[in-house]
Amino acid sequence: MEKVKCECGHVNPHGTVLCESCGKPIAEDSTKKLLDMRYEGSARRSQTYNKTIVDKIWNFFSSVKVGVWLIVITLLASAIGTIYPQEMYIPPNVTPAEYYEDQYGWTGKLYYELGFHNLYGSWWYMLLIASIGVSLVICSLDRVVPLYRALKNQGVVRHETFLRRQRLFSASKVDNYDKLFAEVKEKLAKRRYHIREENGNILAEKGRFSRWGPYVNHIGLIIFLIGAMLRFVPGMYVDEVLWIREGETKEIPGTNGKYFLKNEKFTFEVYEKDKEKEVFQEAIDRVGSGMVAKNYQSDVVLYERVGPIVPGEEPKLKKVKDYKIRVNEPLKYDHYALYQVDFKMNEPNKMSFHLVDKKTNEQFGLVTVDLRNPQSAYDLGNGYRVELLSYFPDFYFDENGNPATKSKIPNNPAFVFKMMTPDKPEGEVSFVAIRQTIEPFGDNQYKMAFAGLETKNVSGLTVRRDFTLWILGVGGTIFMIGLIQGMYWNHRRIWLKHVNGEVLFAAHTNKNWYGLKNEIRQIIDGTELVMPVDQVEEAKKGARGGDDSGAAK
Amino acid sequence: MKKQRLLLRTVILILLLGAVGYTIYANFFTEKTRVTVGSEAPDFVLTDLNGKKHRLSDYRGKGVFLNFWGTWCKPCEKEMPYMNRQYQVYKNQGVEVIAVNVGEPELAVRKFAERFDLKFPIVIDQQDQVMNAYDIDPLPTTFLIDKDGKIVKIITGTMTESMVQQYMESIKP
Repeated sequence: MEKVKCECGHVNPHGTVLCESCGKPIAEDSTKKLLDMRYEGSARRSQTYNKTIVDKIWNFFSSVKVGVWLIVITLLASAIGTIYPQEMYIPPNVTPAEYYEDQYGWTGKLYYELGFHNLYGSWWYMLLIASIGVSLVICSLDRVVPLYRALKNQGVVRHETFLRRQRLFSASKVDNYDKLFAEVKEKLAKRRYHIREENGNILAEKGRFSRWGPYVNHIGLIIFLIGAMLRFVPGMYVDEVLWIREGETKEIPGTNGKYFLKNEKFTFEVYEKDKEKEVFQEAIDRVGSGMVAKNYQSDVVLYERVGPIVPGEEPKLKKVKDYKIRVNEPLKYDHYALYQVDFKMNEPNKMSFHLVDKKTNEQFGLVTVDLRNPQSAYDLGNGYRVELLSYFPDFYFDENGNPATKSKIPNNPAFVFKMMTPDKPEGEVSFVAIRQTIEPFGDNQYKMAFAGLETKNVSGLTVRRDFTLWILGVGGTIFMIGLIQGMYWNHRRIWLKHVNGEVLFAAHTNKNWYGLKNEIRQIIDGTELVMPVDQVEEAKKGARGGDDSGAAK
Repeated sequence: MKKQRLLLRTVILILLLGAVGYTIYANFFTEKTRVTVGSEAPDFVLTDLNGKKHRLSDYRGKGVFLNFWGTWCKPCEKEMPYMNRQYQVYKNQGVEVIAVNVGEPELAVRKFAERFDLKFPIVIDQQDQVMNAYDIDPLPTTFLIDKDGKIVKIITGTMTESMVQQYMESIKP
């Protein structure tokens, strides 16, 4: 591609709008009064090479318009995903296909059919996020390189047209240019401008590094996205659930059988009236005593398995530590963290019954059934014996009317007992559930009378290990640095040129024109220079004045 | 200069698309578990209802039909008789069936086995260790393991009797 040589002698790449060195317009729309200073008028590569398929893909992602649309579409999709609950938040025992329609009608059905019930993990949503990432990389590369070039190559001596077509410009008649030159230079230096001079021309510049802010910000975002991506790499991210009863020792899922946990005790405490400090009394009165949770705590022991890990084998355990897991106070060890997230109070654990003669109410012994692992027979002595024929931990009647269980958790235990007694050596069968007794083979002489229930609490813990967190942290920090860099500093430039007995003064900033104008006012104060006119505001004023001159005055 | 640019763009695009491609692939086209088809089946030791220990690695040289089930799970119940019948056909042809119960009370498991007159060994995973190692989510889940201890297929959901028969046939040593 041919290069373009400007009359100042500088050779520009193809596609350049304003000469990199002197700023003279090369291929620019000369009908406008002011120059378009976007990207310093440099040759944006994407706009110039469009031959191969690679260039076409590149140019697609290089477009800011495309980037903005990707973000808008992602935002809209994300918003739609919050209208109804996501699949993971609906009750676990329902069919999603039916649930959405039952709950929300035809809109729910549509929602489900369009796949919004599992939006944030869907392939097209991830593709959108990934496209934003690609667009970010390519947009940045395509702009930061030419911008860097343009700012590096900019000349001190600028073409007259360049200066006259800046937003802030003034031309002044000056008697003693050398004196003015020295004065302006000193004032600029005092205001911390970097000054370059050449043949009586000045280029004063400050805050150039603010121009890199957006690109630093994008680098941060990309690192953040990489961190998010690494979660899918095996071993980088563990997120499991562990339900553990009091007294139980269980393998911690996600640790490949290496760690075990024992739950000693789960405690749930509330704020109660007259038990707390004086300052809490009013708040407790307002919401009611015992209505506000104070503490959820699991007292646990962490064990490490020693020797070879063979699942199913009785593990040899070495105690690592005792810990009290509370909300926001996880047990941390070997990069794993165990968080208190849920609980279940009073899960039935043991149930006791008396063997009773129904007529005389005489008791012949106590049977205690361990609901997690019941024995099949209980010998009460003196010829009294109870057999457990069937056990249903989570009892219900199935569609055929037979007793069945919904799960292995003893939420609603039911039993079929066979009672052997000296008077009924054949035994009597009794079906016993909570508040319910059925005698399938006619009237029995004996019954199993409920005698007591022992319960246990269950802790719900989350197991986490996240090696991507620090990457997200680094990305986030760089993101913020870039944002600050671009937001709180302005790139300001001031040019001074002496031509044909006139002194041309022009200035440009990437933001905060008001601040720049104030600064200029202080710089030219006491000199012969005329305060530059804001040509954008002039034009606005002109337009307004034409419409309703009365109001403007 | 132009060639260099094309090359640079191509390389950057390949890098980006590679990263995106990997993420999508890892998320949607692989099992999100450590136990995958083609990998070695994690070894385990569990005791059956007769007190006999079963170690998976002892069955090298035989095909293993490894079924995870629960008594409350109706689909599991449905396929039990099929497995029972086909087991009696294939046990002399080098196919072993191990039915891993997901930690229910022994009483319940025993009654269930008696009701269906199950002939194959039934082991109980009391501490969920084997369930964790195999990342069992829905019940029933069946792993077909070949004579070299490699997982050939993972089946979630109910099987018909002819499926059970075909699967056992496929892992015959």
